[in-house]
Amino acid sequence: MIETRDLTRRFGDVLAVDRLTLTVRPGEIFGFLGPNGAGKTTTIRMLAALIEPTSGEATVAGCRVGKDDSRLRAQVGFLTETPGLYDRLSTEANLSYFAHLYDVEDVPGRVEHYLKWLGLWDRRAEPAGTLSKGMRQKLAIARALLHDPPVVFLDEPTSALDPEAAHLVRDFIGELRREGRTIVLCTHNLDEADRLCDRVAVFRQRLLALDAPAELRRQLFGRKVVFHLKELKPEYSLALQAFPFVSGVQAVDRRLLATVQDPETQNPALVLALVEAGAEVQFVGELRQTLEDVYLQLMKGEAAPREL
Amino acid sequence: MHKVWVIARKEWSEVFRNRLVLFTVALLPAILTALPLAILVGIGRQGFGDAIATGDMPESFLQVCGGLALEDCTAYFLVSQFLLLFLLMPLAIPVTIASYSIVGEKVTRTLEPLLATPVSTLQLLGGKGLAAVAPAVLVTWACFAVFNIGVRVLAPPAVASKVADPMWLLAIFVVGPLLALAAVCVAVMVSSRTSEPRVAEQVSMLVMLPLMFVLIGQVAGLILLNTEMVLYIAIGTAVVDVGLMAFAVNLFQRESILTRWH
Repeated sequence: MIETRDLTRRFGDVLAVDRLTLTVRPGEIFGFLGPNGAGKTTTIRMLAALIEPTSGEATVAGCRVGKDDSRLRAQVGFLTETPGLYDRLSTEANLSYFAHLYDVEDVPGRVEHYLKWLGLWDRRAEPAGTLSKGMRQKLAIARALLHDPPVVFLDEPTSALDPEAAHLVRDFIGELRREGRTIVLCTHNLDEADRLCDRVAVFRQRLLALDAPAELRRQLFGRKVVFHLKELKPEYSLALQAFPFVSGVQAVDRRLLATVQDPETQNPALVLALVEAGAEVQFVGELRQTLEDVYLQLMKGEAAPREL
Repeated sequence: MHKVWVIARKEWSEVFRNRLVLFTVALLPAILTALPLAILVGIGRQGFGDAIATGDMPESFLQVCGGLALEDCTAYFLVSQFLLLFLLMPLAIPVTIASYSIVGEKVTRTLEPLLATPVSTLQLLGGKGLAAVAPAVLVTWACFAVFNIGVRVLAPPAVASKVADPMWLLAIFVVGPLLALAAVCVAVMVSSRTSEPRVAEQVSMLVMLPLMFVLIGQVAGLILLNTEMVLYIAIGTAVVDVGLMAFAVNLFQRESILTRWH
């Protein structure tokens, strides 16, 4: 649905995006992760034909960026970092205005559909400025969907929202996934990306990693199994290290952390080995690495970006 | 054209809910219409012949008067000073509306979602321009109608008939809209380079300077406004408008506006 090849953007001397090459598949939620100034917003602005790439190329929903921009804009929905609503206009007028600009056929029907979907039909005449932050954000997302775009860009959709409002918006994004839309999500919220995204791209000007969150965790950290023991002796570590599929063993307090590839099939042998070595195993579990661990690991050693 | 109209309608709904804009748009025409009428009322009480000395009128103005008696010509000289006030309106009103409608979009962060739609720059500026020009022209015409009625009631009949002569009609119905268009183009250019509506408004108001010079020149007797001169002003303004429009569209770079407004 989206393909970029060596997509690059400079602002004067500042390199904002450096030779970004990636593919976003139809129907997936794709996360862009990176620190402030990493080029996330610049990238989606390029993909939404708001700014031009300095070099490289990109195709979104079959439209070439920089060649077919007007048609491309009709194919994408774009949620900006701030909702950008006309506060003095009613919620209905806000949606109606954009529906006309997107050449939606049945404007009143489409607007009614989204206002009812948002639970705002009874407040359709109220100025958008009177809505809560969460509702404003949902209204802004609905605005980006009015023309039924196959691709939706969401830039920091839950930033500056309280937990309840953020939850509302995340549920809403979940509904969009069920509709089969391709969603590109820029976020700082790694927990949110972990929960929502099928795949994530971690980048700081250039692409550092791209895969499913679980796969990134596995690639960077393997899977760690924790054995809680009644007491810890050196021979227990040795018993685990004897297995070729164990790539590392750490002893912490009365716990042993073993890095393995497939705990579901390999754990029984490890437990048996520990018992045979005389250990009393109290509890076995998996140490879950978070996407934040992956992110921090990837960012280690990367130079700080220049703010744009 | 449909999108131009959609944008213009939205601007009217949005901008005219801004009390500051509404106040500015309503106050100036009210003052510029009430002031000449108040002067005419004051002079009318004394009698036009007593209030104005024929020596106050430049001799060259006699040719503008045509067949008017000297006393009527002197009265008409006074009334004609107000013509330029009606050309100030189509300059000042659109500047206020356009400054708020473009810079306002930057301030409220509504410009980026707008630019993300399949609307061309020409449609966007066309809609915003129409939203600023149309009220200015309509208000000017309405104020001119009120002034015309006032002159017919307060001034000698011969003077009243001169206020509807070709010079006035050309000025109000041709030069006025052309000046409004020039004002919008200047406001668009200034708005593309600033992030504060008041600054955009104040800087754009500089567009009134040439007209102020003409006004001063006319009062000082250095410039004599007649049909021919107003026609030249109309042609000159139309030429300037074409240049300004091209320059404004060229200056309104979507990308630099998005990336520089912070």
